[in-house]
Amino acid sequence: MAQTVFIEAINQAIAEEMRRDESVFIMGEDIRLAVYGATANLLGEFGEKRVLDTPLSENGFFGAAVGASLVGMRPVVETLTSFMWVGMDQLISQAAKMRYMFGGQATLPVVYRATMFYGGGSAAHHSDRSYPMFMNMPGLKIIIPSNPADMKGLLKSAIRDDDPCIVFEDGTLFGMRGEVPDDSELPLGELIVPFGEARVVQEGTDCTVVGIAASVNHAVAAADQLAQEGISIEVIDPRTLVPFDKATVLKSVEKTGRLVIADPAPKVCSAASEIASIVAEEGFWDLQAPIQKVASEQVHIPYTPALEKLVYPNTEKIVAAVKRTLDV
Amino acid sequence: MDIDRDTLMQMLRRMWMIRNFELKVIEVHSAGEFTGAAHPYIGEEAVAVGACAALNDTDYIAGNHRSHGHPIAKGGRVDKAMAELYGRVDGYCKGKGGSMHLADFSIGILGESGILGSSVPVAVGAALAAKIREENFVSLVFFGDGASNQGALHESMNLASIWSLPVIFVCENNQYAVTTSYATTVSVEHVSDRASAYNMPGLLIDGQDAIAMYEATVEAVRRARAGEGPTLIEGLTYRFEEHSLGLGRVRRGEYRTEEEIDSWRQRDPIVIHEDRLISQGIASREECDAVNAETQQEVDRAVDFARNSPFPEEADLYEDMWANPIPQP
Repeated sequence: MAQTVFIEAINQAIAEEMRRDESVFIMGEDIRLAVYGATANLLGEFGEKRVLDTPLSENGFFGAAVGASLVGMRPVVETLTSFMWVGMDQLISQAAKMRYMFGGQATLPVVYRATMFYGGGSAAHHSDRSYPMFMNMPGLKIIIPSNPADMKGLLKSAIRDDDPCIVFEDGTLFGMRGEVPDDSELPLGELIVPFGEARVVQEGTDCTVVGIAASVNHAVAAADQLAQEGISIEVIDPRTLVPFDKATVLKSVEKTGRLVIADPAPKVCSAASEIASIVAEEGFWDLQAPIQKVASEQVHIPYTPALEKLVYPNTEKIVAAVKRTLDV
Repeated sequence: MDIDRDTLMQMLRRMWMIRNFELKVIEVHSAGEFTGAAHPYIGEEAVAVGACAALNDTDYIAGNHRSHGHPIAKGGRVDKAMAELYGRVDGYCKGKGGSMHLADFSIGILGESGILGSSVPVAVGAALAAKIREENFVSLVFFGDGASNQGALHESMNLASIWSLPVIFVCENNQYAVTTSYATTVSVEHVSDRASAYNMPGLLIDGQDAIAMYEATVEAVRRARAGEGPTLIEGLTYRFEEHSLGLGRVRRGEYRTEEEIDSWRQRDPIVIHEDRLISQGIASREECDAVNAETQQEVDRAVDFARNSPFPEEADLYEDMWANPIPQP
């Protein structure tokens, strides 16, 4: 199995889908020269018509992607979470609402790839982990991979999906290496990860830890550490937040009786909040301890590394939260 | 420009259809048959009808909150439009959109938007698809003088210009954004002056004259199909009624004078069009009156259709969320 870097997995998914389907095209800022790396070599293979460098006009080109999708194209838009704010009207008023508002007449196979750069001294304007806000808006599918294989398989699914998808790409994982199977090794001949199917990253019996994006990897590290102390952790990666595979999480909590949720988003109304509420409503009698949220502190991202490192979930915070559920 | 009789008569028919539709909407809304906002297009009919007469069914339009005139001008059905206002299952959007969100994708009506300026990038995107696929359709978007101050419009005009897209920007300058005069909010004398900033033609057209709007749009469509890029057309027009039904607090005397309203009512777009048809021997008075009467009857039938259509069922609440459905949370 090939070792692939996360950012290469993004590139493979886009290139494969563009080869497969002529209606797929990509646009965004500085993508022809692939400033962030994910769009490398696309211009050479697919040409200027399908690889569009845009002006700094998020509201304009987010909306142009909506319009193109309405008439049969499959646009892939590259942006950063922190630039989504200036294009919010198109994401919300049009992409999310159009199909329902027009009684099902509109079909919007559009993908917004939103990179989350955080944890590297980018300060408040370039470090947003904004997926919970979009979970709150009906009409958007929310995809959030934690490793190269899922990144590739989920992005390919998003491009083929007929609804508006926002794929939140965790920038702290861009250099992550992981196994991505060659197509020849796969029963279907290609890597497709369906929406709404959580992955049980590792099985365990004492506490369930649901991780979001890079927090999945922190959860695995926490599980390794806790194993040394004889504590067995089940780690779950939902992979998509809309749709959300609650059955897998509830089944795990039924077994372990404890739940920790690690989420890089700010903790108020986070993905962790929603998952906690689902388990509180539907799995309450399985719980043996209060649910613990390990989400980001409710502050803006400070520039100085002395403070920024305090904000996010990490292995130590997850270990401590698990121990609280076990009262040890 | 030589315009055939069928086109001229269809313009008259669609203007009467809009007028009679709107008069009926005012009547049944006042009687409490449905609630919510509705924005009458009376006085502005020539803008949409003239512009849409230059389009084919395979071309696209998008519009705004003042939303009944655009789909009717593009050939939409008044019965499905009326049923939508009544919130019924046979409405264009099965009752989920209402007055401000009429759409008929089967004939290129990509929908009206209650957020102003918001449909402009969408129309640009449809035009972008035409360019990428090397197809011959164009897209046309209606917006008002108020929305001409939205960033979305300016970003869109820039995108359309740099990519030379087949899109026509039609500003319906009815001179007031609710109560605020465009003279106090637009930095140039005419909205069409803004075209020069985006290197495209900007035309100031008499928006009460359907034929003038038609001729300007025909040329813009020709340019678009020839790959020569976008055009901005400003139709200078006037809203005869108040901004919205159900917005009784706005008193017209407080932001525009009775003299001004009367002077514009003297320039009724339907009267202007009929006078021309009659004076040029294209249609008789009787023929014009018959168009009025026939469209009144069609609107009456549309109201019957709407009243007889059922409301959606409870089970319909979750329908139409997704093209590839997922479980409800």
